Amino acid sequence: MPRAQEWIIEKLLFLCALISVFTMFAILAMLLFGAISFFQEVSIIEFFTGTKWTPLFKPQHFGILPLLWGTLLVTIIALGVAVPLGLGSAILLSEYAPEQVRKIIKPVLEIMVGIPTVVYGYFALTFVTPILQVVFPETSVFNALSAGIVMGIMITPMVSSLSEDAMLAVPQSLREAAYGLGARKHEVALRVVLPSAFSGVVASIILAMSRAIGETMIVSIAAGSTPKLTLNPLEGIQTMTAYITQISLGEAPFGSLEYRTIFSVGLTLFLIVFAVNLIGHWMARRYWRQY
Amino acid sequence: MIGNVKIDVRDLNVWFGQNHVLKDITLKIKRNTVTAVMGPSGCGKTTFIRALNRMNELIEGSRTTGEIYIDGKNIYDKETDVYELRKKVGMVFQKPNPFPKSIFDNIAFAPRIHGITDPKTLQEIVERSLKEAALWNEVKDRLKDSALDLSGGQQQRLCIARALAIKPEILLLDEPCSALDPSATAKVETLIRKLAENYTVIIVTHNMQQAARVSDYAAFLYAGKLIEYGGTRQIFENPQNVLTEKYITGKFG
Amino acid sequence: MIPGRKVKEHALFIICSIATLLSIAGLIILLLDAFADGLPWLDFQFLNSLPSHYPDKAGIKAALIGSVWIVGLTALFSFPIGVAAALYLEEYAPRNWFTSFINVNIANLAGVPSIVYGLLGIGLFVESLTLGRSILAGALTMTLLILPIIIVASREAIRSVPKAYREGAYALGATRWQVTREIVLPSALPGILTGTILALSRAIGEAAPMITIAALAYINFVPTSPFDRFTVMPIQIYNWVSNPIREFHHLAAAGIIVLLGVLLSMNSIAIYIRYRYQKRVR
Repeated sequence: MPRAQEWIIEKLLFLCALISVFTMFAILAMLLFGAISFFQEVSIIEFFTGTKWTPLFKPQHFGILPLLWGTLLVTIIALGVAVPLGLGSAILLSEYAPEQVRKIIKPVLEIMVGIPTVVYGYFALTFVTPILQVVFPETSVFNALSAGIVMGIMITPMVSSLSEDAMLAVPQSLREAAYGLGARKHEVALRVVLPSAFSGVVASIILAMSRAIGETMIVSIAAGSTPKLTLNPLEGIQTMTAYITQISLGEAPFGSLEYRTIFSVGLTLFLIVFAVNLIGHWMARRYWRQY
Repeated sequence: MIGNVKIDVRDLNVWFGQNHVLKDITLKIKRNTVTAVMGPSGCGKTTFIRALNRMNELIEGSRTTGEIYIDGKNIYDKETDVYELRKKVGMVFQKPNPFPKSIFDNIAFAPRIHGITDPKTLQEIVERSLKEAALWNEVKDRLKDSALDLSGGQQQRLCIARALAIKPEILLLDEPCSALDPSATAKVETLIRKLAENYTVIIVTHNMQQAARVSDYAAFLYAGKLIEYGGTRQIFENPQNVLTEKYITGKFG
Repeated sequence: MIPGRKVKEHALFIICSIATLLSIAGLIILLLDAFADGLPWLDFQFLNSLPSHYPDKAGIKAALIGSVWIVGLTALFSFPIGVAAALYLEEYAPRNWFTSFINVNIANLAGVPSIVYGLLGIGLFVESLTLGRSILAGALTMTLLILPIIIVASREAIRSVPKAYREGAYALGATRWQVTREIVLPSALPGILTGTILALSRAIGEAAPMITIAALAYINFVPTSPFDRFTVMPIQIYNWVSNPIREFHHLAAAGIIVLLGVLLSMNSIAIYIRYRYQKRVR
């Protein structure tokens, strides 16, 4: 086989691998250029400290804090659901459940990951919200709690699976030492395994959080499109992702200042998710290096 | 220096990263002989034979200096085509590694990649190789079966046949029997003696009785250095070096 | 023997079991709700009709065909590129900083929110390459999104091909491409296919990037060319769910059933391939 052919094939394969680098650069370039163009007309200070976000109304305000808060509120609620449920499942699967039970439960949790987020969004709006409205009659049709709860259900498998892996990595010898000292299962689980697996578990929670921050459909459908700073989860809010969706659906003329907000918001979103992922992966690496 | 010498190794040194694995190896191997390469674990035997077909280059961080002349040409020359070299120098590994393909396709693999596609020619090559490896009678009716269905000993003979398919001149066998049971081992050893009629065989072994049974010459390596090299009988009955004697008599290794 | 400890042990077990059951219950209730709501509205007419402003006339046909188009084209682009990239990284790439850089990029891309890919699609494919809001732009965007998934899955499959096979082939004088094409690829193929199908099933369910590309245009035709405008099932579902008229919510549920059905089939195929392959390897 002629050497030239080998060389060509290698270069072709290399180009394909390079596409990932290209994609990252394209994303960064697009977000940066758009954001720079935006910040030429809006001050960065106002953007990051302003408490009103009304680009589509007069008078225009470009304070991103309501959007940030909307994202944060939904994420906190989601973690409030996912951490107890996920950790509980993880402890059950790694410390209590026999192999047969694990074999059944794990695939079921896997399925949850594969369900499209529109389906979760539908569930939040048509099932969870009406129930909330029965329990709390002042719940509005679009509210943060409903979206947060459903998002929590969606990311529970992430917390569960990654935490379980972290706990399973704790050497059996540690457990045996504890049992040998007369400890009972819950003491082993909570005082030996969990502390040993702590950074692995935290890493899993952080990675699930980044997923929640970047999620779009559940919040677009169920959380609302009114950016506001409120502590009441029964009200509608708007997240960064929902806002970007709203604008790119054509509510602002292309190229206008309002349109360019998607880049500044998008860049903020990208950087936050990137930072959270970085922390999560760093923690995970630190944890797994022990083993 | 052609004539009787097939392989002429001069000042061969091999490093893996910082690890100096082979140190100043110099020896000459005659054509159509069986040479045993012996020594304790980690002494560099496998690295040595892998230097003969430049397989060490597949390991990241490896460095080789010195020269190896095969039929008078230095195989570490810039002009040497390493793929042609591996046609000339065949290798069989410690653990049998047939491809997950049919018996026929395993043998036909090498001829195919070197350009032979005519089905009739391939059929002849497969038959010839399997006969040379003393495996033909056992598999001639099931050439289309998966090679992974064969027993360990059969798989190893298949790997030998696979190496023979492209008519190499030199055969490198890396502890070919260490993963086999005694009766399979006996078959392979008989085969090796027969192969020496047509090929130059170099066999790595840590089994001294096997070396004594099978080889004409023996080289003893220790910690990357060549300690002694000579006729097998002489090495075993009258070793010149104290280390060799200790190894032969089982004081270590 | 402190009696409280035994109680606590059981208590933890019960709490964890409740947690697990709640998670699973969440899933089951979600599915039951969708099915209960949508099944009555799921009939052939639904499958065969185009969207309409009247709930009883509307159907998912345009979105279904659109999804098929998108997934088909995405498969066409992403499979060869993804496998090629994986082969390069596993068989060819030297261990240097640039290779690490590529690896880091791929890992990071997997964590980028899908809506950002949508923005990239608009800027790059819709605008710069003037492909408009077409199926082609959508498929290219989706390709970029699932490429990291395919690469990671393929790399795992390639990595699980035993080193012994490669060594045997190299010792016979095979070149790197010959070893890759004749030995590595055939052995890794089942794993690669499984990973690709799973990546594509993710693509079918993705709404956010498609919404930015296709918008919520009223697509009442079946697309016939890659340059046509389009909609996909998740967008149609989103559309119907967002509609204040209650009947459309039932249509959304019916659409969800169709979408889940397609996903189930795709995943079953992937699982079947994995099963067949494991049987063969013994």
